[in-house]
Amino acid sequence: MSAPAPLPAAFAEIVDDFQALGGRDRLQLLLEFSEGLPALPERYAEHPELLEPVPECQSPIFLVTEVEGTGREATAHLFFSAPPEAPTTRGFAGILAEGLEGLTVGEVLDVPADVTEQLGLAEVVSPLRLRGMAGMLGRIKRQLAERAGA
Amino acid sequence: MSVPLDPAPSLQQYAHPEKLVTTAWLAENLGTEGLVVVESDEDVLLYETGHIPGAVKIDWHLDLNDPVTRDYVDGEGFAQLMARSGISRDTTIVVYGDKSNWWAAYALWVFELFGHPDVRLLDGGRAAWQAEGRPMTKDAPEPAAADYPVVPREDAPIRAYREQVLDFLGGQLVDVRSPQEYTGERTHMPDYPQEGTVRGGHIPTAHSVPWARAAAEDGRFKGREDLEAIYLAEQGFDASAPVIAYCRIGERSSHTWFVLRYLLGFEDVRNYDGSWTEWGNAVRLPIAIGEEPGEAPAR
Repeated sequence: MSAPAPLPAAFAEIVDDFQALGGRDRLQLLLEFSEGLPALPERYAEHPELLEPVPECQSPIFLVTEVEGTGREATAHLFFSAPPEAPTTRGFAGILAEGLEGLTVGEVLDVPADVTEQLGLAEVVSPLRLRGMAGMLGRIKRQLAERAGA
Repeated sequence: MSVPLDPAPSLQQYAHPEKLVTTAWLAENLGTEGLVVVESDEDVLLYETGHIPGAVKIDWHLDLNDPVTRDYVDGEGFAQLMARSGISRDTTIVVYGDKSNWWAAYALWVFELFGHPDVRLLDGGRAAWQAEGRPMTKDAPEPAAADYPVVPREDAPIRAYREQVLDFLGGQLVDVRSPQEYTGERTHMPDYPQEGTVRGGHIPTAHSVPWARAAAEDGRFKGREDLEAIYLAEQGFDASAPVIAYCRIGERSSHTWFVLRYLLGFEDVRNYDGSWTEWGNAVRLPIAIGEEPGEAPAR
């Protein structure tokens, strides 16, 4: 068995940032990601039916991916929509957006599924809620693999 | 010494008006000695986005549950939680939250397992407070530690276990989930996570009365006449006979528990918090599928 691929640099930096903080400050950082989640571009804001729901999350969230190119070398783009009343879910989306946006499809597919557990959020958010973030990552990977034929 | 009651005429229609406060009353009484406001939400981060000034946060996952025993915290855990929240045994607690107060009602119910003498719900919750443009802040309060006695949790009066539910089939058993969850078409709420329930359906003989029928559009409780029309006239419930309510994990049924116990004055109402997550998965527990309540199996 080969060693797991290292985390992409942007994601590794986010993990380090969370790990450097105590419990309450981790929540504050999650809130910053929630507030920093980019708005949907117009082509999706006007066509919400193009987005995929993520039922693993407790609050409604929708996501869609785009690829430039084909195969593992294609560039991945991610878009999310979640209401302000669902800040935890928005925060999860914000982390994924910052950590994965613009990577190659292959790099995203190699991100380990348990990366959501490396953020140290289980004790301040609860493991059950974290499942929603794993659900988002799983759907992102599936969409990207389908779209890029990777 | 508890804080005076809210005399608002709109609350006096209910059997126990002392269990509710209005947003106007809370706005006037914020900062009153002996009053602590508690926010309890489904979304663990909502409080950090802004909350009622001075309110402390209590989370159902992180503060009220013990993941090892898969049970509520014990008397010592509860005493520590109250003490660090600045709550003493004689403090008046007002709880509010998101989603029409589901989680606030759930927190209130847990506080009552420990017999906290004076705990009230903010009618309309977080949404009503915000809709009226009342003040919110991101400043986290730093409550002075209080003394709270270790009081043993007393489940029997308001909490039902699965064995008791099994003995209760044919009684006033209420399923407060969505119609699709009741019939078995779905095993979880629309748009909600599947929490591992393997069977869809309901507990045999349970009446289907979705919790939201008791809530008005603005998240406040419906008036007493409307509530009586549902639970007394339509369902034919007897307020002097026992009731057990359940949902998926006990949060929505806390809302119905509050309605029956305090707004309509039912004498004996218990919440089955194991709910469908336990019943739907358990070995040797019968279920019913479809729109009809179904029969209690012979035992």
